[in-house]
Amino acid sequence: MNNLIKGEKYDWEMVIGLEIHAQVKSNSKLFSSSSTKFGSSPNSQVSLVDAAMPGMLPVINKYCVEQAVKTGVGLNAKINNYSVFDRKNYFYADLPQGYQISQYKYPIVGEGKVTIDFKDGTSKDIRIVRLHLEQDAGKSLHDQNPSKTYVDLNRSGVALMEIVSEPDIRTPDEAGMYISKIRSILMYLDTCDGNMQEGSLRADVNISVRKPGDEYGTRCEIKNLNSIKFIKQAINYEAKRQIEILESGGSIEQNTMLFNTSTGKTRPMRNKEEAHDYRYFPDPDLLPLEISEEEIGKIKSSIPELPDELKDKFIETYKLSNYDASVLTADKQTSDYFNETINSDPELKNHAKIVVNWITSELFSLLNKNNLDLNNSPVSPENLGQLIKLISTNEISGKIAKDVVEDMFSTGKTARQIVDEKGLQQVTDQGEIAKVIDEVIADNAKMVEQYLAGKDKLLGFFVGQAMKLTKGKANPKMLNDILKQKLNKKN
Amino acid sequence: MPKSSLKQTLKDLDTKKISIRELNQDYLKRIKENENLNVFIHFSEDNVLKQIDNLENDNSAKKLKGIPIAIKDLFCTKSMPTTAASKILENFNPTYESFVTQKLLDEGSIFVGKTNLDEFAMGSATNTSFFGNTVNPLSKENEPLAPGGSSGGSAAAVAADLCLGATGTDTGGSIRQPASFCGVVGIKPTYGLCSRWGIAAFASSLDQAGIFSHNVEDASILLQSIAGFDQRDSTSAKVDIPNYFENLDDDLNGKTVGIPKEYSIDGTPMEISEIWEDAIKVLEKKGVKIKNISLPHTKYALPTYYIIAPAEASSNLARYDGVKYGFRSEEIDSLDEMYENTRAQGFGREVKRRILIGTYVLSAGYYDAYYLKAQKVRKLIADDFNKAFKECDFIVTPTAPSAAFPLNEKQNDPIKMYLNDVFTVPASLAGLPGISIPFGKDKNNLPLGIQILGKHFDEQQVFNAAVSLERSYE
Repeated sequence: MNNLIKGEKYDWEMVIGLEIHAQVKSNSKLFSSSSTKFGSSPNSQVSLVDAAMPGMLPVINKYCVEQAVKTGVGLNAKINNYSVFDRKNYFYADLPQGYQISQYKYPIVGEGKVTIDFKDGTSKDIRIVRLHLEQDAGKSLHDQNPSKTYVDLNRSGVALMEIVSEPDIRTPDEAGMYISKIRSILMYLDTCDGNMQEGSLRADVNISVRKPGDEYGTRCEIKNLNSIKFIKQAINYEAKRQIEILESGGSIEQNTMLFNTSTGKTRPMRNKEEAHDYRYFPDPDLLPLEISEEEIGKIKSSIPELPDELKDKFIETYKLSNYDASVLTADKQTSDYFNETINSDPELKNHAKIVVNWITSELFSLLNKNNLDLNNSPVSPENLGQLIKLISTNEISGKIAKDVVEDMFSTGKTARQIVDEKGLQQVTDQGEIAKVIDEVIADNAKMVEQYLAGKDKLLGFFVGQAMKLTKGKANPKMLNDILKQKLNKKN
Repeated sequence: MPKSSLKQTLKDLDTKKISIRELNQDYLKRIKENENLNVFIHFSEDNVLKQIDNLENDNSAKKLKGIPIAIKDLFCTKSMPTTAASKILENFNPTYESFVTQKLLDEGSIFVGKTNLDEFAMGSATNTSFFGNTVNPLSKENEPLAPGGSSGGSAAAVAADLCLGATGTDTGGSIRQPASFCGVVGIKPTYGLCSRWGIAAFASSLDQAGIFSHNVEDASILLQSIAGFDQRDSTSAKVDIPNYFENLDDDLNGKTVGIPKEYSIDGTPMEISEIWEDAIKVLEKKGVKIKNISLPHTKYALPTYYIIAPAEASSNLARYDGVKYGFRSEEIDSLDEMYENTRAQGFGREVKRRILIGTYVLSAGYYDAYYLKAQKVRKLIADDFNKAFKECDFIVTPTAPSAAFPLNEKQNDPIKMYLNDVFTVPASLAGLPGISIPFGKDKNNLPLGIQILGKHFDEQQVFNAAVSLERSYE
């Protein structure tokens, strides 16, 4: 695959690494018992610890630790038995302690990897450097008053997992696939709600460009992107910006950039000289975090089937292609829906590919059109299963099934009900079909002559006429066979 | 007038020889007579009277019911402001009660006031307070003396008999050194014995609450009241707290005392060496085996301490930024200016000095050479003690290198001031319990202190040795 992008003078390769910040799914904060509920009124979920009152001390939330370990297992990563919380010191109005409690030298999770799957059936591993736990900051509100900034500490102290990748990503699409995959894993594990709009999942993107085969170039970091679309846009813009500078003989300054979502452009926030010296040191208020193999084992055994395992299972059990299986397992909703559908009738196992197609094309497009998702689909897995069974047993044709599913969608009725009510059963009676064909042949004598004279294309016309007469219910294969038989007899 | 002990007062209250009101009015009177000592940052007679009223209507039995206690103004208290002796917290009223003070309230004690200290507990003379110096009650009329620090207000409160006990905190000697200067008993227990929850932090890995009292028995009663596990402090220890007072045993026959040679320091006044030798002789007479021990890394303790403590302080004090509570400068045009002016105007010189030192030693490029190395040395110092305690049951040293010095003597020489902690800092770095008891006087008739150090969580042995020495000295 050619991943290079063309500049004015040269071809360039992007080198991309992501730092994903995923909010841990947990009822309370990382070091306090305050609630983490999104959208509550400002400063309504702030404990004495979150507000950094004098003499207040952090106490680790064990559940958040378990969630991080779970996630580490899901990322095929090494879980560290010993990790340390450090203080990252800097001043900001929404950082009440004057430091963020994070993990620096000794993160809770070490090296791992995730796999992304391409449409052409190939796949690629993206290596994970580490995952560590840290506190989120509060929020500065600059738009409430013309001359004042207000601070909302509801988010202050909420647990985040920072997942750092190696610079293994080479295209904006890969970046998108990587973050989708991480999101999917987190949601399967139920360790993050994956809601990018609410900021539960956001990413900093490190990007540089180089001529193929060269050393890594100087990178810039684009901060705080909260949608896959913006991530791709920002990477594209930033890569072009860097290429233009390099091709005109300039050099890249190692900057931290911000992405403007309305202009689609990046702009520098601070350069290397202005970078903070965070003065990391172990937080003396907290003991090192020690997790035994036994505890890790316990957490491991509680982990549900993950997308890659499920994907392999689907390929193995249902003989699906790698790509189909990866689409099905891209999120838990879809794989759950698929499982429920295919298990609703023992027959369906033999028609897995049809099940996949019906979910990922017909159903998805209906859901999309109506702004719904699988969780609130009017068509239940059982009902979809029933519909597919009707197709596979030749009770209705695929074409008619498309109308049926729309009816199911809007009325909530079952496939069986609709087919019965409307009499949509496929005509499979040989005699009945033969009668219709005789009619068509009789009514179109001229055309028959032309056909017999060698105008093969007219076969379609006869099929169409016959279908019309049966209101589309004739079994297409039988119709074809009998039609050919009869026409050939005339010869 | 002879000072009444906590133990005796509890008996007198129990037998109704004296009422809670009579007792506390006696103390209120003395507090008002001694205002010139500047012992309290916050004192309100009304508040004390209110507490007396409440206790008079309370029929439950409580261990310290009606006992007047002074609280170092580093402990957050609901009923009184908490300043840490800093302008930056000048009008701060906590909505919460520290673990230690809550325990004392639960036992029925009366808080007479919040005592003065060095700003954020940084100092050895109670002369860096935003609220002015505390004067040592033992001062001669024309020569005011320092009470030591940082818990100088609490030590002075006990010495002047303004309370029957006081809380302190000790980071590098802030209980033991002022106890020595004021001629009272001061105990810093093992790190982790008393929860730090609700104590404004100076250096988290060293800060430990403790007690000042008139004698060792009283200290043993009070320490038991404030000790105990607290799940809100991750460094709080889950250990059983013995009844120190009931278990007091001054029979030291067969025990071994360690005498560290490294604590004989050139330039230590003769009187200090003499009381140390006296203490050893007394112990020997009681059948204690004398064992000369070595704590080879002692000489690195002070520099190690003055890297670790400021490093932690520089981070702990970052929360005082003018955003959420406390003092905020009026002159602010930007966020950075708010920080700069608030902190420039809100902190005193010594606090700023330590924030700068701490920031420096944690900076990129210096971290390994200073902070990381200091942590390694700290481990060596702790190992020295662990080794020594294989050969002895407790260690005896002088508490401080001098008696109380004149108030303004070391004001402008921080290094000299830091040397005050030379005997107390090593045990702080190792997290060990230590007590200072009055033992002998210098040529000016000022009290000197002997320090007894014990194994981790072996406060009982420390108390036993202390009470034994105390009784033989009396």
